[in-house]
Amino acid sequence: MALFDVSGYKSHAGLRGQILGTGVGHLVDRPNQEFAVPVGVDPSGFLKSCSREGGVSIDLNHGTTTLAFKFRHGVIVAVDSRASAGSYIASKEANKVIEINPYLLGTMSGSAADCQYWERLLAKECRLYKLRNKQRISVSAASKLLCNMMLGYRGMGLSMGSMIVGWDNKGPGLYYVDDNATRLSGRMFSTGCGSSYAYGVMDSGYREDMTVEEAYELGRRGITHATHRDAYSGGVVNLYHMQEDGWIKVCKEDVSELIHRYRKGMF
Amino acid sequence: MEYLIGIQGQDFVLVAADNVAAHSIVKMKQDQDKMFKLSDKILLLCVGEAGDTVQFAEYIQKNIQLYKMRNGYELSPTAAANFTRKNLADYLRSRTPYHVNLLLAGFDETDGPGLYYMDHLSALAKAPFAAHGHGAYLTLSILDRYYRPDLTRDEAMDLLKKCIEELNHRFILNLPSFSVRLIDKDGTHDLEKLIPVGAK
Repeated sequence: MALFDVSGYKSHAGLRGQILGTGVGHLVDRPNQEFAVPVGVDPSGFLKSCSREGGVSIDLNHGTTTLAFKFRHGVIVAVDSRASAGSYIASKEANKVIEINPYLLGTMSGSAADCQYWERLLAKECRLYKLRNKQRISVSAASKLLCNMMLGYRGMGLSMGSMIVGWDNKGPGLYYVDDNATRLSGRMFSTGCGSSYAYGVMDSGYREDMTVEEAYELGRRGITHATHRDAYSGGVVNLYHMQEDGWIKVCKEDVSELIHRYRKGMF
Repeated sequence: MEYLIGIQGQDFVLVAADNVAAHSIVKMKQDQDKMFKLSDKILLLCVGEAGDTVQFAEYIQKNIQLYKMRNGYELSPTAAANFTRKNLADYLRSRTPYHVNLLLAGFDETDGPGLYYMDHLSALAKAPFAAHGHGAYLTLSILDRYYRPDLTRDEAMDLLKKCIEELNHRFILNLPSFSVRLIDKDGTHDLEKLIPVGAK
């Protein structure tokens, strides 16, 4: 077919072999593919079989609430700190924000291993970009890099819902990236099983022209109310503020104290 | 949950898509643009599984642009539609098929306007009007009833509005706004977003 040859379109089998096989580079900044997976292995099927009752049970850490929103003075990022494995709380002070560099943050929800690994790899790629191009990577490009990493392992059972937050030449940036290789730019996102509760509080209290203190309070409130209702979120609220000259860590407060402060009449 | 519609007139194609990007019960984004510009006079509207839509549409978009760079002229809408279908078909029986439903709308110098309907099983049909999504069950009959091949631009717009009003009235999910574009011999034109109002 003339079009077939002229457009350089590779047949599917050839491309798959390139991606999964011998370590031949197919992406600009990735001279080696990280994991060569033998054809025929089905990781997502294997994971499903592991969470069946009566037998080996490997539950991934899915429970989380994270949120981020843009406002006049930058971007607020707030996360909880509970890591759960089924009904067991594996950690009450997990760190769900990765500080990629002084002007880029990434949040983590889903499988802790996947998030930590891939976002750390993203940090490496961002550093390489800066060294090669003598300028900081944009938030859009960083989120696209992460999205493309997810794409390479499509259908293999990765679980990651993350927000990439930064400040570049175009101003404050907020992108949602997940394991289906969805990438969305927006003003407000929340991820994890407590996200619906966080959306409720954030949507009703949000104004674009909030003061910085009001924005901090909205972030705290979003996480606190979500941890109150969602069994798999809890611990402390880690709050960050992305400003023009980089991010600052605002506070780290225990949700049980916060909920008592907010709902005095309730207890 | 998502909705696409296309209406072909004498010398134009009118297309519209909803603007919601949803994940289970939550609207993550309310101003998502589901139309991808393949060239000056070809638009690809794409809905389906999260992640697959953007990846597949961008892949097609970049390949169409590459063809233009290599050969100095653009693909016609017919050729672009067949190229897209071929890609869908090739991935269909692989381990990672793309679960996307598409409408391709374009204007060709020689053939005039064209609207192509494609689905996730890589069927391809050239049609005078088409729709995707649950909303299609409610609106295809309206298109059957009122469509004429010699619709003017205003009449086509009114027909589109009739369809959107019906969704607002009968569809269980709220789709607050729709992006609308028109393709004719002068290229692609962005029209005003359609925002259905009030409960009926």
